[in-house]
Amino acid sequence: MLAVENLHVNYGAIKALQNVSCRVEAGEIVALIGANGAGKTTILNAVSGIVPARSGRISFEGEEITGAPPHEIVRRGISQVPEGRRVFARMSVLENLEMGAYTRSDRQGVKREMERVFALFPRLAERRKQPARTLSGGEQQMLAMGRALMSTPRLLLLDEPSMGLAPMLVEKIFEIVREINGAGTTIMLVEQNASMALAIATRAYVLETGACVLQGKASELAADPQVRSAYLGE
Amino acid sequence: MLNGIDPYILQILVNIGIAIVLALGLNLITGITGQLSLGHAAFMSTGAFASALITLRFPGVPFALNLLAAGLFSALVAALIGYPILRLTGDYLAICTLGFAEIVKVVFLNMEITNRALGLTVPPPASSIPMPVYVWAIAILTIVACSFIKESRFGRALKAIRDDEIAAEAMGINLTRYKIQSFAFGSFLAGVGGGLYAHFLGYINPSDFGFMKSVDMLNMVVLGGLGSVAGSVVGASILTAAPEFLRFMSQYRMLVYGALLVLLMVFRPNGLLGGVSFSGLLMRKCGLGACGRDGGKGEGA
Repeated sequence: MLAVENLHVNYGAIKALQNVSCRVEAGEIVALIGANGAGKTTILNAVSGIVPARSGRISFEGEEITGAPPHEIVRRGISQVPEGRRVFARMSVLENLEMGAYTRSDRQGVKREMERVFALFPRLAERRKQPARTLSGGEQQMLAMGRALMSTPRLLLLDEPSMGLAPMLVEKIFEIVREINGAGTTIMLVEQNASMALAIATRAYVLETGACVLQGKASELAADPQVRSAYLGE
Repeated sequence: MLNGIDPYILQILVNIGIAIVLALGLNLITGITGQLSLGHAAFMSTGAFASALITLRFPGVPFALNLLAAGLFSALVAALIGYPILRLTGDYLAICTLGFAEIVKVVFLNMEITNRALGLTVPPPASSIPMPVYVWAIAILTIVACSFIKESRFGRALKAIRDDEIAAEAMGINLTRYKIQSFAFGSFLAGVGGGLYAHFLGYINPSDFGFMKSVDMLNMVVLGGLGSVAGSVVGASILTAAPEFLRFMSQYRMLVYGALLVLLMVFRPNGLLGGVSFSGLLMRKCGLGACGRDGGKGEGA
């Protein structure tokens, strides 16, 4: 479904990604794990078009999307939950969700998607009139995810959904991620919490200082002694 | 029909009407889209000179067409300058707009066509409608248009850009396009306001449109409440009328004016009407408190 080949990304003189290749098949949850600054978020940002690729090729459903602007990429069916949630603080929950559907013009579809999001996150329905900045961290994460779902993406890029949340909430969020995936949305997940990520992912890539060092089935990586000592705290 | 009104009061009313058009333009750029501009006076200046020159060179052109042309000219200038500088954010953008406004001033001070430092004397407009009626018709039209834009799909995108550019981009909003459109439309209003100003005063000089003019307009928007249309209207009215009503204090006038601004920012940091909208006020009036205290509060802040 998504194929990233030999991707290089620079931030000024800093090489953020060097020759990274990865792919995501339809229906999968693919996790990107690794330490801070390994380049996980940069891969997501390159796929969604927020960060330009210096070289390499990104293709989605067989068509090249390298260098396409973000609004074009959203229209093609990829949507992103950015790191740190980034909800529109002064806009209401409802307006935030409407923003997620900005690229679509079918009112019926938007309405249907809104109902789906409210079914997935009943808390958001209760607070639909509230400005997003008055929500708790967990609710903001739900809002950011709901907002990304509003465009009915085929591929959802999920960046650090567990960041700054209490362990109980993290579990709840991951449960919902699995639910979203079960309903047919393919997911690419960036996560610091490697054990959680490997528990729900189909496959995973391990990144180190801008390069991909390991890849494989999530269950195999979770059993790998190297991964266990470096990322699972054993 | 305007004969019954004291000419001094009438003059203040016209100035308020013009200030409303100018402030609403800046509110669109800075309040709603969140792009801090310190150069709004530059676009007022381009509009004022364009409008004055049309009246001087082509006296037959109807005044409405003249103002439209002046607004479009300012919008064009804004789009051209906006394309490179709207990639910047916050302080950097503010400095750029400030610098641009100074350039416009210096260029107009040195151009033959704008009559250099002598400025232009502007004949009365080619219109049978009295100036106060004209100004207020345009002011009301602007209020309606801005209220409409703010609640539209386009306005929602602008507010999203204000709240978080990266998230807005990730939602599929074309940042460059929307920022330029907002900047151009805000400057269009500055141009129209400039045209009205030129014809009402009858004389314009490039030095009238300096940094302080931009700050005056920013004051109106901030005092009223960034992003609030009703707030800009109130801010423009108060700040235009206050120096007149404080005249009896002679030299202490600006002191009190300054103190008023300080007090306001201490007690209402979000502006007088921060978070209040015309539609919200109407709903409360009709007893439809649906948007509640919480729903409205976050909006304009």
